[in-house]
Amino acid sequence: MEPILNVKNLTMKFGGLKALDDVSIAIEKGQIAALIGPNGAGKTTFFNCITGIYDPSMGDVQITPPGKSTQSLRGLKPNYVTERGVARTFQNIRLFHGMTVLENVMIGRHCRLSSGIIKAMLRPPSQREEEKKAVYDSYEILEKIGLDKYVNEMAVNLSYGAQRRLEIARAMATEPFLLLLDEPAAGMNPKETKELDDLILWLRDNENLTILLIEHDMKLVMSLSDRIHVVDYGKKIAEGNPQEIKANPEVIKAYLGEESDDA
Amino acid sequence: MRWISILLGLSGTGAVGFFAVREIIMYPMYFFELVLGGLTRGSIYALIALGYTMVYGIIQLINFAHGEIYMIGAMTALIVATVLGMWGWNTAVIVILAFVFAIVYSCAYGFTVEKIAYKPLRNAPRLSALISAIGMSLFLQNYVMLAQTPDYLPFESLIPDFQFWEPFAHIITSVEITIIITTVIVMILLGLLIKFTRIGKAMRATAQDKVMAALLGINVNNVISATFVVGSATAAIGGVLIACHVGQINFYIGFLAGLKAFIAAVLGGIGSIPGAVLGSLVLGISESFFTGYFWSEYEDVFAFAILVLILIFRPSGILGRHDTQKV
Amino acid sequence: MPIKQQLKQSLIIAFWFMILTFPIMVIKVNTIQNIIVFRWFNLLWVGILTFFASLVWNYFLRRTEAGKKKDFEDDTPLIHRLLQNDRFRRPFLGLVAAFFIAYPFIFPMYHTSIMISALVYVMLGLGLNIVVGLAGLLDLGYVAFYAVGAYAYALLNLHFGLSFWVVLPLSALLGTLFGVLLGYPVLRLRGDYLAIVTLGFGEIIRIVLENWDEFSNGPRGIADIPAPTFFGHQFNQDNTMIYIYFIVIALVLMTIFFVHRLENSKIGRAWIALRDDEIACQAMGIDKFKTKLTAFALGATWAAMGGVIFAAKTSYINPMSFTIWESITILCVVVIGGMGSAIGVIAGALVLILLPEYLRAVAEYRMLVFGALQVIVMVFKPDGLIKSVRKVYTFKTSQEPQQEKIAHGTHT
Repeated sequence: MEPILNVKNLTMKFGGLKALDDVSIAIEKGQIAALIGPNGAGKTTFFNCITGIYDPSMGDVQITPPGKSTQSLRGLKPNYVTERGVARTFQNIRLFHGMTVLENVMIGRHCRLSSGIIKAMLRPPSQREEEKKAVYDSYEILEKIGLDKYVNEMAVNLSYGAQRRLEIARAMATEPFLLLLDEPAAGMNPKETKELDDLILWLRDNENLTILLIEHDMKLVMSLSDRIHVVDYGKKIAEGNPQEIKANPEVIKAYLGEESDDA
Repeated sequence: MRWISILLGLSGTGAVGFFAVREIIMYPMYFFELVLGGLTRGSIYALIALGYTMVYGIIQLINFAHGEIYMIGAMTALIVATVLGMWGWNTAVIVILAFVFAIVYSCAYGFTVEKIAYKPLRNAPRLSALISAIGMSLFLQNYVMLAQTPDYLPFESLIPDFQFWEPFAHIITSVEITIIITTVIVMILLGLLIKFTRIGKAMRATAQDKVMAALLGINVNNVISATFVVGSATAAIGGVLIACHVGQINFYIGFLAGLKAFIAAVLGGIGSIPGAVLGSLVLGISESFFTGYFWSEYEDVFAFAILVLILIFRPSGILGRHDTQKV
Repeated sequence: MPIKQQLKQSLIIAFWFMILTFPIMVIKVNTIQNIIVFRWFNLLWVGILTFFASLVWNYFLRRTEAGKKKDFEDDTPLIHRLLQNDRFRRPFLGLVAAFFIAYPFIFPMYHTSIMISALVYVMLGLGLNIVVGLAGLLDLGYVAFYAVGAYAYALLNLHFGLSFWVVLPLSALLGTLFGVLLGYPVLRLRGDYLAIVTLGFGEIIRIVLENWDEFSNGPRGIADIPAPTFFGHQFNQDNTMIYIYFIVIALVLMTIFFVHRLENSKIGRAWIALRDDEIACQAMGIDKFKTKLTAFALGATWAAMGGVIFAAKTSYINPMSFTIWESITILCVVVIGGMGSAIGVIAGALVLILLPEYLRAVAEYRMLVFGALQVIVMVFKPDGLIKSVRKVYTFKTSQEPQQEKIAHGTHT
């Protein structure tokens, strides 16, 4: 079977600097995969290339959505990538601060709603139904993620951990089959991290999601991941299951060479 | 998009090149005059554009009121020169004092404007600071109009017709050559200031990274003030020179001149000082050709059209760096 | 800071301003007749004024800074609290309606005419509010679309004899079309570049109107533009004014109605989200460019309709009515009234347009005050006079999903 995400020979240059150099990563359906590497290794750049924020200098990004044929994401604008079923969260939380928790999730529903300008002005029954359903669906997602008790709070007033979860809820609202999480546990306390661990597993098992995450919390990575990909200085240096990665001398060298906050 | 721009660029250059060659052969003097006229115009733009580009480089704000600073410089020179002229002072003293007062007052206004309208908004959304800048521009224009007059005031040139320049005066007047030479001198001085002095180094550091500069003990507020002061000084020089050249001023001259200079700064690559100079000269000369060969009534349309094309096809300008969005 | 130190600081500031404004405020030169007038009293005024102004300024600056540290509090404007209260809402709206219906019959025609101008600004302000307030795009060339509407009516009437009622919807379409055409190339630009480029486009349209004689009759403008008819019936002059007045009222109501609906729809949420964070917005599947373009084009739609009314009311238009200052006046209405807030924009338009009309003495100072207000509002009250209160989607934890109409949150 085709991998659900197939990144081939991805290279991203900024001027003379190669932030990513010939990185190939394949992710199978239903996997929880992790992308790790020291700070500045090019992990977030990798996400940005997949989600269309950067246009990679070379290489290709292919997806195979469940039940559909393989297609390339290269050169697509970020919103089309989301429409095709690849959602992401951000390392530095990017919530809509002036909005409530519910509204943040409703923005995520945007690309799955069909009413246009004319319908918005005339409000025929179909539009009213859709709006009602958008509110209801958003609430359902919040329930799943466990944020339903904050539904009418302003997003800024949430705790750090809850804000990270809200980012996941918002990404879920776009109905993805592949979820990219950029440091979902950053800034969380051990209890929150444990809950996140459960949430990610639950998402994979019950929402039929494939998940790729960037994370520095090695305990989380090792316990969650089916497969780990390691990058350093823009190059992929290793790939394997957690045991293999732990034993890999290249990886150890990359990490011992610098400060890192892993366990 | 890239191919379209290359194609447009090539065909444009080709057409312009062909036309230019034909014109140079048929009417060489007229062509030469237009080039010199364009250089003069470009020099003035450059003096103003510096302020825009320096301020933008440091706080990423389009200082909409900058054109007004230039106008205030010209107005102050006019007032000082008229008063001293009535008192019968020596011409040379008047010229020097007019320039000095224009520069000092423009600097003071630039400094004050920053403290009132921009400093409290340093951490606000960029749109807020821009609206505040537009408000400041509107205020200063109307302040001068109400305190002085809405009409044009004749401005007797402070720069005499030099005797020794007589043989060349039919090609380029004393005033024009003074403008070009002054601009060159100001540019060199500014270059030295930025390259070698303490404050110049602090400016460059602040432009690159405000937070880091502050951590290294640079007083960022002072650097920003200094940037406004330096930009205002060059604008004032430009203001006095253009007033001498055109022979009349009013409260409104800053608006269009400011816009054109801004266009020049963007054309050269905003944030870059050599870019501002290059952009100004390119804009000045091409405007001069456009009005000389085509329609003079659409002069401003031409400048805006250049701005739109540049921003669409090469937003970083001729010398600007291409900045990537940080995520 | 102790009071003594504050006074000292203000004294220094006052002294600074006295020096700063000396040449321009005190010396008045007339180089035509070679007259110089020294106005020493101005110096005194500047000193006194800036002394007190700096005291007030610093006081508010400190207060604003202290306010930032506080958490969210309920600072819903009074008018919104009144409107939320059912007991007050009906009588209040009834009173407002009665006032506006009776207005042209109580007051002489002159006042009706002024009120029409103010109401046209309400329309323009609400239209620009979509662009600036909701979508966060600073459009300094808004007047171009106003000109499109006015010239559309004048020219279509002149050449083809089309009537007001035919041109009005046509101009809306034309405005949208121009919005798309102008927006298409420029909306990819970053915020501050966008402002300058739209300013440029606005000026280009004006300069073209001024110079293209065959098309627009140049600076002489177009005269004898007919007033709207009532099913073919032409009123006399006074009644025409009243008639136009009610047309504007209807259009304003329509604008409020539609803009409100747009704001609380999928597209409206996307505008507000886009203003907050463009990158996150795109990651949510929102097409940045298309969303901006709809805001820009819809804003243009209302500007063009406003232009038709303007032409019909004044019966004479020329390019001088469509300068950059007109754009800035409309921007002031939105910014000072309260970006994103319909009630703010209405209040802003009525105050900013009506006040200078009635206080002739201050009319001269209009633009000066506008400029100062823009700075002051941005520094101290970035939300404008009447802060916007958006309908916040809330969820009731009952079995049935439903939207609650009560707004309790605010957005910045």
